[in-house]
Amino acid sequence: MAANPLVTDGFDQPAPRRLWLQVLHDWVTTVDHKKIGLMYIGYALIFLVVAGAQALLMRIQLAVPNNHFVSPQVFNQLFTMHGTTMVFFVGMPVLFGFGNYLIPLMIGARDMAFPRLNAFSFWVAAFGGFLLYFSYLGANGLYGAGSAPDVGWWAYAPLTARAFSPGHSTDYWTLAILLSGVGSIGTALNIVATVLCMRCPGMKLNRMPLLVWLYLVMSCLVFVTISPLTAAQIMLMLDRYLGSHFFDTQAGGSAVLWMHFFWIFGHPEVYVLILPSFAFANEIIPVFSRKAIFGYPAMVAASVGIGFISLSVWAHHMFTVGMSSGANTFFTLATMAISVPTGIKIFNWLATIWGGKIHFTASMMFTIGFLFQFLIAGLTGIMLSVAPFDWQLGGSYFVVAHFHYVLVGAILFILFGAFYYWYPKMTGRMLSEKLGKWHFWIFLIGFHLTFDLMHIPGILGMPRRIYTYEADRGWMIWNILISSGAVLQTIGTLLFVYNMVWSYFKGPIAGPDPWDAWTLEWSTSSPPPVYNFAVIPTVESRRPLWDLKHPEDPDSHYE
Amino acid sequence: MMLSGIGQGSTSIFSPAGTPARSIFSLSMLVLSITTGIFLTVAGLLLYAIVRFRHRAADPNAAQEPAQIYGSTQIELSWTVIPILIVVMLFLATARIILVTQDAPKPADALDVTVIGHQFWWEYHYPKLGIVTANELHVPVSDPKHPTPTYLSMSSADTDHSFWIPRLAGKVDLIPNRVNTMWIDPETAGLYLGQCAQYCGTQHAKMLLRVYADSPADFAAWVAHQQQPAAQSADPAAAEGRSIFQHNACISCHTVAGTVATGTFGPDLTHIASRDTIASGSVPNTPANLRAFVQNPAAFKPGALMPPMHLNDHDLDAVTAYLTSLK
Repeated sequence: MAANPLVTDGFDQPAPRRLWLQVLHDWVTTVDHKKIGLMYIGYALIFLVVAGAQALLMRIQLAVPNNHFVSPQVFNQLFTMHGTTMVFFVGMPVLFGFGNYLIPLMIGARDMAFPRLNAFSFWVAAFGGFLLYFSYLGANGLYGAGSAPDVGWWAYAPLTARAFSPGHSTDYWTLAILLSGVGSIGTALNIVATVLCMRCPGMKLNRMPLLVWLYLVMSCLVFVTISPLTAAQIMLMLDRYLGSHFFDTQAGGSAVLWMHFFWIFGHPEVYVLILPSFAFANEIIPVFSRKAIFGYPAMVAASVGIGFISLSVWAHHMFTVGMSSGANTFFTLATMAISVPTGIKIFNWLATIWGGKIHFTASMMFTIGFLFQFLIAGLTGIMLSVAPFDWQLGGSYFVVAHFHYVLVGAILFILFGAFYYWYPKMTGRMLSEKLGKWHFWIFLIGFHLTFDLMHIPGILGMPRRIYTYEADRGWMIWNILISSGAVLQTIGTLLFVYNMVWSYFKGPIAGPDPWDAWTLEWSTSSPPPVYNFAVIPTVESRRPLWDLKHPEDPDSHYE
Repeated sequence: MMLSGIGQGSTSIFSPAGTPARSIFSLSMLVLSITTGIFLTVAGLLLYAIVRFRHRAADPNAAQEPAQIYGSTQIELSWTVIPILIVVMLFLATARIILVTQDAPKPADALDVTVIGHQFWWEYHYPKLGIVTANELHVPVSDPKHPTPTYLSMSSADTDHSFWIPRLAGKVDLIPNRVNTMWIDPETAGLYLGQCAQYCGTQHAKMLLRVYADSPADFAAWVAHQQQPAAQSADPAAAEGRSIFQHNACISCHTVAGTVATGTFGPDLTHIASRDTIASGSVPNTPANLRAFVQNPAAFKPGALMPPMHLNDHDLDAVTAYLTSLK
């Protein structure tokens, strides 16, 4: 490994041990993008374990028909809390966490554009997650009804009206989403400002790492999608407490209006989650294939294209609500169109691997899992874009299988890949590769057992969100196998948690650049000092560290 | 197909028994073959690349970086254009099925049924035949030569529901303050199962659907029977049960045609004994089940909106006898 002249030693002497209260004070009051990023990630991991446990309880309940492991009320709360938590309090924060941590480092900046807004956004989102779970205690309220929310994570009207949802459970849900949305918009604003204004000398837009590009597109999407969601939450609160009738069908309101509000948020939200996943793949695949990313301009164009098209596909979640044939046809076409830029990405990754020298680290193995599983998720997505096919498959376990293929098969796999890749940068120590490979194989088998087979009960007519099912429908064998896969995934995840804790204390020292990588975050020490770079770097290509390591053949000659 | 084999007589979307389900089935086979083709091509290339281009420690040039390729306009153009062509083809095939299913002209002798979703049961009105019933929908078999499809106008009394009989057609939601329509035309006589496919509250799971496709003669007999007012049983237990029924809260929610019971919140009970199941298809219609249901509906369906009736054993027996007499 080439010595790295950009690394500046001596500036980060270990600080003397401090009292735990001082440490706590430091974390609570910090405006350092790296600490905020780590807090986002830690907070998301805690909720990942909680919502994962909820999934496990649901799978126990569904393993056999007419099971009485949990009551219908508890089951309905479980799937509502699982979905809400995973989307708003795991997916968003973990991705914002990585973005917060990596973007300034990758563009050669010392912090985000608005450090205090950054801290505010984190704490307000964290408070949202706290409120959601406080509902278990607080939602009984004055009515003596309800506990945790049980209206489903998309909370269709009029189930959320006071008539059908007395007590305060729905209010906790609404407030949690509202606060999480405020935090998301704050962080998105920060990312856009940082990317546009804080790049180091020489880093033109077309030299930014693709990760930064994708976070830019993702943040712009957040503006457009979180705003209607937030508006809808306020309208719902007005309905529930001030007598307005936006969604109150008993008084002439419209249930379909809520669906439009929710899905104009909800579908681009899928891309808000998947674009950062593409971002990680764009960094990990080239480094472990030892090649430059293939077709950088096309990758940027495809990302921006996905951003725009994703705003015109929302009603494919509503093919069964009785839209006109014209609307169904339009949303079929718009949804299919998104497969073109997505396809470009998969092909460009394939071309990046082609002719490379692939190093099968745990990080790369998870990334390869991501590639195969995202391919399958995309293809089942094409099936669901075919409106008539969706009339059968929509609302069934096929859809549950499809979007878990996206969220677990693609996003969670690449997230694990990102952890193995950047953990050394964040902590200064390597994660155990041996445990990482065990984690990969156990989780891979569990994942396929659960989510491959989950398509089948959907085809056999099993709707989602049912707490139990009839014994004579032939669904039991599939559900037992699906549930057994969930156990394997749990074991894999616990192995990962163990690896993170063990490696923090016992892992090999990473050094600044353990993967022989090419982007700026690897040019500073691990973990980076508070100020990131002693000297603000200057770059001349997309891979500044490649140029340093190969002065005879720098990228800047080809771009 | 393995999946359709499992689904015979059940709820598989791959064993269609009506025109809408059949046209979706053939479209889905086209989609499945195209996506399988794409999968085999791309996954095959990926697999080849991963095996072929792995880093080999034994390679004399192992330490050297591979050739850096930054892109190729021709290649990238080809993998943009080919997917566009596939999308156009798939879109045209899809648009055709959307139009023939949604905008099919309604034949003059189609049967009209109004469906109203409730937490957690189904109400059916046959406006031209003057029939009101619940949970078990009877429709005539449709002969392809002289199609007699059934057109469903659907709405909801409370929250969103969805009507899904996989072997007959795709699902359509029942949404309050809105009327959606769909049509079904079962090809062969028999029972078609399904269930509510839109989360509608606590008992969403036990909001089951049963569609009976009857031969023309059977359907005519069923219609004639349902058009009768409620049976007047000579059995003294049933007569006593009727009196108890009419002096309790039962009549605020249930209708028994031709009596003082005219409530509309719950299922119409005029011919409840002619139905195979109770509690929206969740248990067989036996006197024991009826009695247990009247005593405490939550025993079968926690979250059901009918309260426990707090009747003593004698009254329960009588009411059960009355309900059983409502053939």
